[in-house]
Amino acid sequence: MPLSSRHLLGLQGVPKEDIQLILDTATTFREVLERPIKKVPTLQGKTICNLFFENSTRTRLSFELAQKRLSADTINFTKSGSSASKGETFKDTVKNIEAMKVDMIVVRHESSGVPHYLTRISNANIINAGDGRHEHPTQALLDMYSIRERLGKIDGLKVCIVGDIAHSRVALSNIYGLISLGAKVSLCGPATMIPKDIQRLGVTITHNIDEAIANNDVLNVLRIQLERKAGTNIPTLREYHNYFGITSERIKKNNPDVLILHPGPINRGVELSSEVADGPFQIILDQVTNGVAIRMAVLYLLGTRP
Amino acid sequence: MRIKAKIIDEIGLTRTVTRLAHEIIEKNKGSENIAIIGMRTRGEFLAKRIHKKISEIDGSQPELGVLDVTLYRDDFRMRLKQPEVSVTDIAFDVNEKNLILVDDVLYTGRTVRAALDALMDLGRPNSIQFCVLVDRGHREMPIVADFVGKNIPTSINEEVKVKMKEIDSEDAVYLVESPNN
Repeated sequence: MPLSSRHLLGLQGVPKEDIQLILDTATTFREVLERPIKKVPTLQGKTICNLFFENSTRTRLSFELAQKRLSADTINFTKSGSSASKGETFKDTVKNIEAMKVDMIVVRHESSGVPHYLTRISNANIINAGDGRHEHPTQALLDMYSIRERLGKIDGLKVCIVGDIAHSRVALSNIYGLISLGAKVSLCGPATMIPKDIQRLGVTITHNIDEAIANNDVLNVLRIQLERKAGTNIPTLREYHNYFGITSERIKKNNPDVLILHPGPINRGVELSSEVADGPFQIILDQVTNGVAIRMAVLYLLGTRP
Repeated sequence: MRIKAKIIDEIGLTRTVTRLAHEIIEKNKGSENIAIIGMRTRGEFLAKRIHKKISEIDGSQPELGVLDVTLYRDDFRMRLKQPEVSVTDIAFDVNEKNLILVDDVLYTGRTVRAALDALMDLGRPNSIQFCVLVDRGHREMPIVADFVGKNIPTSINEEVKVKMKEIDSEDAVYLVESPNN
């Protein structure tokens, strides 16, 4: 069965079967990444544009690598040094790129909803690589893949998302995806960083990091996003670390079996101590490797969809 | 789907597997440097049976792998249905090995073409030999099998259905009328 949509805009409302199909397909590509020649000819002749209006290292490189390993042709657009800085409107930029016969567009933008808008002005398959504080579906998919790879399942697991929930698109995509696959999701962070009424999505809230570590199988620890003015919601980074930072002592005291995920880039000494960031409880670099496989799976499933 | 004939029955299939195993050993002068690779789905089970037979004959344990060629197909743009991918599982080094590629039916030769590309991406084998249970003709690629269980001349409106107990209810090969007619 193909995916039910020809775009990947977010995980909200995406059928459970679609999420499972993406995770299962990623297993195939995970094997390709272990080969001496890490490339398959599947998307030969497809042209993909990476439209990045916001800074990114991991996601952009990961998408580009995934496209190259599927033999697609790629073109990259970044805001700085482009005609967007000469005052061209977003719609004109997209129309011009599409006139070059592009099949798929991977888009990142600081405004929520841009990928949805793109589907109205373009005929390409649209993949959301992060829009504002809305969703970042491929990050959530690779998080779920990494959890499943390590613990064998998602259904019934207790997962806590820790940190700056209010500014995080990773949090929202994780909440939708994890709940859809049957996990019990909770949030942990200072009250200023947890949006009002978010319990309506089916999550519980705690403000005590020791409890969060003790009561969960997995902690997905988010970055304090200083570029999104997260600093105004906490007194100091040091105080945040004292109350919510994850340290080896806290893990050993509360739950030595807990699995730590982090989407990167890490603020060492803020949300994670360096010891935890490099330690045995985390799978941060596995997440990066799996990210390429997940993005190959999404590109394959959308790019070959009849 | 109307069955026109049962071409191979259970005993026949066992005999054919035995003969193919002997032929593979004969051609390779033993089974020392060979590795057997089954093509999903039914080629995988056929490969396992041939592998078992070879070990019974000369006591060796050649490497055994499974190949999924979906990512190498040439008909992505033409298909109305998205093919399901599954995982290639070849846990050994193919370099310098004599690979025996195993499939159930040889028809246009396009799947074998895809398999050759897939295998080349895994390394540089010493040789690749192709073993097939049924060759039904109508080739569209310059491909010939090294080991053939049975040659069955077919018309283009017919199909060859291989049944294997591992996933079907019986061991048999049928000639059927193509459902597209």
